[in-house]
Amino acid sequence: MFFSLITQASRWAIPIFMSLILGYGYYKKVRVFEVFVEGAQEGFWTAIKLIPYMVGLFIAIGIFRDSGAMEIFTNILSPILVPLGIPAEVVPLFIVRPLSGVASLTMTVDLFHTLGPDSYAGRLASTIQGSTDTTVYILTIYFASIGIKKFRHALTVGLMADIAAFIAAISITRWFFGSF
Amino acid sequence: MNLIFFLLIVGGILIAAVNGNVDVVTNSIVSSANGAVEKVIGLIGIMTLWLGMAKVAEESGLLKRMTDLIYPVIKFLFPSLPKGHPAMGCILMNICANMMGFGSAATPFGLKAMKELQELNEDKSTASEGMCTFLAINTSSVTLIPTTLIAMRAASGSANPSEIVGTTLFATSCSTAVAIIADAIFRAKNKRKKQAEIAHKNHNVHRKKRR
Repeated sequence: MFFSLITQASRWAIPIFMSLILGYGYYKKVRVFEVFVEGAQEGFWTAIKLIPYMVGLFIAIGIFRDSGAMEIFTNILSPILVPLGIPAEVVPLFIVRPLSGVASLTMTVDLFHTLGPDSYAGRLASTIQGSTDTTVYILTIYFASIGIKKFRHALTVGLMADIAAFIAAISITRWFFGSF
Repeated sequence: MNLIFFLLIVGGILIAAVNGNVDVVTNSIVSSANGAVEKVIGLIGIMTLWLGMAKVAEESGLLKRMTDLIYPVIKFLFPSLPKGHPAMGCILMNICANMMGFGSAATPFGLKAMKELQELNEDKSTASEGMCTFLAINTSSVTLIPTTLIAMRAASGSANPSEIVGTTLFATSCSTAVAIIADAIFRAKNKRKKQAEIAHKNHNVHRKKRR
């Protein structure tokens, strides 16, 4: 019931939102198509400007993942994190999540296949995936698009929030579903 | 950022060299570079669409109406934004899209919000306070319903795919609260530092005058 309600809401949200924007615009006598094109022009160049930053970030993450560096990291972190109630399979997610959305989603889906989505690890990975975002990626792209070089405290705050989400996810998953 | 970039690449290459799989790194570089461009090309359609829509919403006054509704909240979080500034509308749209779990629609509004904030920024190469607050909220994730994730769970045969909505909501509220508080602490610290500098300067000026 709840699930079907959510699916319905997400199915209708974008079409309704779009009709609302255009309907209100038309009602207010805005030349909707011309204004749309004018705004859209900006979208193309904003995207193109992101290419160099995207390439740099993707290469760095790709090398880190494929060289086996990530595995070493995971092996170092595992002995500390496993006694705290974090399954070894979920540990790499802590490292990848702030860097790449696609990689962490792939990892979570892999975990669903090996351990099942309703296992403790599956539920924990789901909660982590749902409650955090790709902090490093977002900061790089958003600041790059306007030429900011000094991030000030943005990165620290972002990573602090991620750690808070990890801790909260572990406690609530254990409390709510019971562990193991 | 420079340090992260350097460590990820050089550290990775060193480890690959020790493990004897340098070829993997070479392949990885090529495929990552291509993947990045593909990702941007894929972004162009969505960016163009939503920035076009945003312009229509801005011109018709819809965006302003929506921001007026939640002005008290925005004023509390972004004290540096003047009332009715276009950045507010973009921030609002970005957060709404994120809440609904439409990450792809959130990006165009987020980037536009940054552009608007940059116009108010005095030092164009350093992040402003408004930018830091906006990104603190944005990166802490404000998703109410993780739609993609629920779909993935359903596809993997979960007995109750949406059972993680409650736990997710709890964890994301904690992280957003931490982000907002941490940002406020940093902001207060900077303010004190600045005030101390100004006080110091004034003090010196007074001393010179007395002489």
